[in-house]
Amino acid sequence: MAETNSQNHGRRKLVSSVMTTLTAACAVFVVAVLLLIISYIAIRGFSSISVQFLIDTPKPVGEGGGIGNAILGSVMMTALAAVIGLPIGVLAGIYLAEFGNNWYGNVVRFLADTLVGVPSIIIGIFIYTLIVVPMGRQSGLAGGLALALIMIPIVARTTEEMIRLVPDAMREGALALGAPQWRVTWNIVLPAASTGIATGAMLAIARITGETAPLLFTALNSRFYNFYLDQPMSSLTVQIFNYATGPFEVEHAMAWAATLILVGIILVINVLVRFLTRKRF
Amino acid sequence: MAKTGTTGDKIFRTVLLIAVSIIPLIVAAIIYMMVQNSLPTLQRFGVGFLTGREWIPAQETFGALPFIYGTIVSSVIALIISVPLSLGIAIFLVEQAPKNLAKPISFMVELLAAIPSVVYGLWGIFVLAPFVRDYLGAFLQKYLGFLPLFQGRLTGIGMLTGGIILALMIIPILTAVVRDVLEVVPVTQREAALALGATKWETTKVVLGNAASGIAGAVVLGLGRAIGETMAVTMVIGNSPQISASVFEPAYTIASVLAANFADATEKIYLSALIEMGLVLFFVTFAVNALAKLLIIGVSRRNGVAKA
Repeated sequence: MAETNSQNHGRRKLVSSVMTTLTAACAVFVVAVLLLIISYIAIRGFSSISVQFLIDTPKPVGEGGGIGNAILGSVMMTALAAVIGLPIGVLAGIYLAEFGNNWYGNVVRFLADTLVGVPSIIIGIFIYTLIVVPMGRQSGLAGGLALALIMIPIVARTTEEMIRLVPDAMREGALALGAPQWRVTWNIVLPAASTGIATGAMLAIARITGETAPLLFTALNSRFYNFYLDQPMSSLTVQIFNYATGPFEVEHAMAWAATLILVGIILVINVLVRFLTRKRF
Repeated sequence: MAKTGTTGDKIFRTVLLIAVSIIPLIVAAIIYMMVQNSLPTLQRFGVGFLTGREWIPAQETFGALPFIYGTIVSSVIALIISVPLSLGIAIFLVEQAPKNLAKPISFMVELLAAIPSVVYGLWGIFVLAPFVRDYLGAFLQKYLGFLPLFQGRLTGIGMLTGGIILALMIIPILTAVVRDVLEVVPVTQREAALALGATKWETTKVVLGNAASGIAGAVVLGLGRAIGETMAVTMVIGNSPQISASVFEPAYTIASVLAANFADATEKIYLSALIEMGLVLFFVTFAVNALAKLLIIGVSRRNGVAKA
């Protein structure tokens, strides 16, 4: 009896250590894949990047060309999205955190969460029917609006979470001193949560910088530098898509170089945010 | 003094209310505009749109079945690969890894989610597809080639490659949600199991049992992301509206047919068919996300932890 028991115990311990090792192997595998992808982008990207490439506009195959106008377009549309999406998102988040403990708050919270999970191409179709069809052409405005709509629910939910972290004692203290509710929220709670809100906003900007699907038929693309929001506009992501699916080797090289720029920007934002919030999480 | 306070409060609350109401307004407007613009095909084909197997825009024949099939199969492949991996990582992070190791690994897994879809697509075309063609697919065909699943011509571009890319893309969200769900399970449960003489793995099984509905929620959430993922799939799945038993064959998903054809659709009826496809995608992802949310909320409620 004692012997079988110890045998059994040995087997159980073996199973336990095998499973423990397997879970660690899963983690190692996925981290390895990430490093593989990033290092591949770095190697392929650096081998075909140049200053000229960052300034030029796309040219016929064999004549060089670059992504200058695509970078400008991405910056303009992301900026437009941020100007529209951030204020609405932050204000909506304030409402959810401070006044949203009722049925309406619950409904909006639920809709915001499901909206985050709705494919971004749906937003593209929506903006196409709402803006592109009436205007009669694709435009940077439509692209920026599509990106703004993607930002709003994300920013609203992160803002809400950050504001909820502010201790109630601060609100009570300010209210006890006779401050009206809006002053408490605006001058006491909001500044206390500002770092968190800012990092949430940066992550949302990083997210929309990488969006392609909602721009495909809203902003379309352009071969030229374009400073007007009512004209079709190029973007880094759509340019990468076009280069990647093109038939020529030179185009593929340019896709990798443009990807290096895009992924570089996004990873820098993510690492920066991580560094800034390191102490609090 | 008190009066300015109350007027200020009123204005402030009204501004906030307007801002927050934009979210339900967006949802309502999306549904309205998409239903409006898909009326031509909704009226002309009815339910037949979803069950038709032929998709020939030039002849105004629109059957969405190949796209629905492609979406389901590629998502299922993605789940088969990503669920065990994500469970493993989450268990490792919560139950086993020391904190100073768990944090950087967690961060790296989250970085996987920060990489844009189009970049996965690029990597898929030039790295993963050749790998599937020369090694993984060749291996499967050699040893399991008697199954219809692994027959056919190996090009590297097709359902399997699409599924693998999808798996990589949904691992971060699956892992993050499972991790959160496991963290909510009370420490006392682990202590109780350990005190009864359970090994580390047996304790983990107790924790997993407690978190089961939350894990199911994570899987459903991952499924929702896989269904809606667009660019990367469009670039590697081959974009061919066919229903084939082989995972090596090219296929098409709902999201990828939209990405690949929407800009060229000039005929009104063609555009309507594509928008109706978008409407289907919208409702499916909406329902899947709602289900996931209900499942995940269940776990935190049961353990008496209110999550913000």
